[in-house]
Amino acid sequence: MLRKAGAPLARCLHHTVTMAKRLPARRLDGVEYNPWVEFTKLVREYDVVNLGQGFPNFPPPDFAVEAFQQATSGDFMLNQYTMAFGYPPLTKILASFFGKLLGQELDPLKNVLVTVGAYGALFTAFQALVDEGDEVIIIEPFFDCYESMTLMAGGHPVFVSLKPSPTGDGDLDSSNNWQLDPTELASKFTSRTKALVLNTPNNPLGKVFSKAELELVASLCQQHDVLCFADEVYQLLVYDGVQHISIASLPGMWDRTLTISSAGKIFGATGWKVGWVLGPNHILRHLQTVHQNSVFHCPTQAQAAVAKSFEWEQLHMGQPGSYFAEFPKAMQRNRDHMIHSLQTVGLKPVVPHGGYFLIADISDFKSKMPDLPGAAEEPYDRRFVKWMIINKGLMAIPVSIFYSVPHQKDFDHYIRFCFVKTWLEPHGQSLRPGVPAAFSALPGPSWGSGIISPRLISACLWEFSSGLESFLPIIKF
Amino acid sequence: MFLTQRRLCSLGSRTKFLRTIYSSKILGFSTSAVGITYHRLTNYCTYSAMSPKKEMSLKFKNAKRIEGLDSNVWIEFTKLAADPSVVNLGQGLPDISPPSYVKEVLSKVALMDSLNQYTRGFGHPSLVKALSCLYEKLYQNQINPDKEILVTVGAYGSLFNAIQGLIDEGDEVIIMVPFYDCYEPMVRMAGATPVFIPLRSKPVDGKKWSSSDWTLDPKELESKFNSKTKAIILNTPHNPFGKVYTKEELQVIADLCIKYDTLCISDEVYEWLVYTGNKHLKIATFPGMWERTVTIGSAGKTFSVTGWKLGWTIGPNHLIKHLQTVQQNTVYTCATPLQEALAQAFWIDIKRMDDPECYFNSLPKELEVKRDRMVHLLESVGLKPIVPDGGYFIIANVSSLDADLSDMKNDEPYDYKFVKWMTKNKKLSAIPVSAFCNSETKPQFEKFVRFCFIKKDSTLDAAEEIIKAWNKPKS
Repeated sequence: MLRKAGAPLARCLHHTVTMAKRLPARRLDGVEYNPWVEFTKLVREYDVVNLGQGFPNFPPPDFAVEAFQQATSGDFMLNQYTMAFGYPPLTKILASFFGKLLGQELDPLKNVLVTVGAYGALFTAFQALVDEGDEVIIIEPFFDCYESMTLMAGGHPVFVSLKPSPTGDGDLDSSNNWQLDPTELASKFTSRTKALVLNTPNNPLGKVFSKAELELVASLCQQHDVLCFADEVYQLLVYDGVQHISIASLPGMWDRTLTISSAGKIFGATGWKVGWVLGPNHILRHLQTVHQNSVFHCPTQAQAAVAKSFEWEQLHMGQPGSYFAEFPKAMQRNRDHMIHSLQTVGLKPVVPHGGYFLIADISDFKSKMPDLPGAAEEPYDRRFVKWMIINKGLMAIPVSIFYSVPHQKDFDHYIRFCFVKTWLEPHGQSLRPGVPAAFSALPGPSWGSGIISPRLISACLWEFSSGLESFLPIIKF
Repeated sequence: MFLTQRRLCSLGSRTKFLRTIYSSKILGFSTSAVGITYHRLTNYCTYSAMSPKKEMSLKFKNAKRIEGLDSNVWIEFTKLAADPSVVNLGQGLPDISPPSYVKEVLSKVALMDSLNQYTRGFGHPSLVKALSCLYEKLYQNQINPDKEILVTVGAYGSLFNAIQGLIDEGDEVIIMVPFYDCYEPMVRMAGATPVFIPLRSKPVDGKKWSSSDWTLDPKELESKFNSKTKAIILNTPHNPFGKVYTKEELQVIADLCIKYDTLCISDEVYEWLVYTGNKHLKIATFPGMWERTVTIGSAGKTFSVTGWKLGWTIGPNHLIKHLQTVQQNTVYTCATPLQEALAQAFWIDIKRMDDPECYFNSLPKELEVKRDRMVHLLESVGLKPIVPDGGYFIIANVSSLDADLSDMKNDEPYDYKFVKWMTKNKKLSAIPVSAFCNSETKPQFEKFVRFCFIKKDSTLDAAEEIIKAWNKPKS
């Protein structure tokens, strides 16, 4: 009912009958919950040092920022639609850049599709190729959307876990210590298997699959005629001289692999939401069909900025100042700082060889503080993280969200930290009691972004590792 | 739909056979019971066919949901019009500059470091706040920015989220013809059946032909509703006609939605582009409609920034939450800096909504002049355009224009052939209106062609030259 002008705004009390028909489509069954929605909400409600979500708290490199500035203040026609499958200068440079890495001649129109982030690329791949009843092999721990996207496409996720071998006393666990059992992996393939999702470098573990491991996966994919969705968003960030290998570059794999990546992760500009898929046209054309029936176009200016950023790097590759050479070195230093800090406070980090994250074993806390508040069946690590956010002002991500429900209880003693954060010295006022060191937040939305120092992290973590008994009254409800 | 499948293996055809036999119409099952039955039968079919060796190529075949959806009019026609010597009145893409303050806010935002990272998935906080503030005025009701608004990848993304979130396999969705072309494939991709009803013209008897002369027959519309009808898609102002639905017409639709317990997906991307003598009305403000309507808007059409690809859906939480679920499983979040810039642009215009300088007021004024110019131009060569009451397109029957289409593909509708011929030979592009029709109604509209007029004067000058010189012999 249209109200008269001047009438106070209030909720119209039209309690008309809500629909008798079922409202949500059945494809949403089982995918309504998303842990990121839950955790990002907590970040907004509490002031935290955010080592949880995978985005940098420092700006993208200068040349990328400049590229975005140029794209948004230059030719005004960049404010309008571009080509549906990708802004031509971007698809051109992606084809040339990644063609070299994959050992393939890539056609910008037929072998490249630009998407709304790698997330959008994954969705497009699942919708294009996974049918009701198809099985999709997912290697655990996995980026959580693989499972929900499989379900939304009517598929059945089939899980196989990376498992750590026991480490010697005093030795640090390492991501390459976590491996698939070849026999177990082979047993997961059936005639219904449509695809296998491979994430290397892996989130959350930071494992970079070796050539031998990739060859194992490749041979099984070929033997069983299975597609491979290769999520390689962290491909730029590999450490300790380890090499990232794209499975699509192995013999027999180009024709059955979709390689997905992300400008957000490569250039530290996650908010631009530009991703892409590279693949053979006989598969990619199906993703183009989904794309033209879902988002159709991606924003033009962000694509223009990414194209310019790649062009800059192409000019500087192999030279001092090459971002693709320097950025991983800087993040390796960050990684090492964090490993050291975590160790000094009794947490047991697993050394990653690639990516933005590392996981740390919190078993000691689990045995000392087993009864943290939370829902009955809620895995320990989630309760621990929520407790940590509320009481310690520090945010990490519980690793059980990267596991299928039946396995969550086996892996509820790890939390994931993001180390792609700046290491400037803190200054400013203390946020609140309990957060020992002070820092000043960057201007902008209160996303909990902050300048994080090793001292700060150590201090945060030290507080709850030493003198745990003093905390018990707090957490007893 | 199933008849369009190619390369069926025995498994596929057996599945198809069982699906046809066990349709709810024959057995009188409710939709959900049939859904369950079909699923079990599919599994039975699947497992019994497992032993024979599958064709290698099967695994690379597309999922069933996109079968037959691979062609797209825009992909085809934008390629044609990409030649810079072609005067492009085809795609709905402004070649005028967005307003300067919009470009300025984006430039400023590009300098803000913190906006280069992920923002809130369902919409950047400052943007949903601005949308809530703006639309509260229009809906005369509070709108919760977190629960009743979702920001999407263009209005296109909103349509996708709405259809994926609310439309199920076996549902029916009513679509008025002509329709923005994505409605049909999106409905099919959700496994639902589109049910079409054409707009029909009243006789015009010598006066100017207006988009308001094209109406729905209420009885015919009612006959399209049944217990399987999950939603009706409404587009007002309408693309391609430019029709602005009146209060009475919306009331007919609203009454039917309530009577048949149906949702309304209301595509209102051209909501600001309404010309003198017309008023855009929101069906969600009609009694009983807020609870069953999701309303879609577009930054691209509001601020002439189609390349920002930001849109939004507004509705009650019990509907929006399902679109949010789709969002968190598809793109998760939209680009941050663009959302912040859009929020700031909105704040500028929200503060001056009664001002003629406000873009919501100035753009329709500017476009009305261009519309009138196009009407005059098309009439001057003997055409009878349908004068749009809103939007930025105008359509006309072009069959009286000389065109030698003998070289064009035979199996295409007249307007497809005409536009391709016109692009190649006259260097003027447009869009064939039968692209906005389902296969049955294409013949009714195949003499019509759509011209876009949100173009700078020099573009319209060039189009005028071409059209006026149409029948002159080449020197």
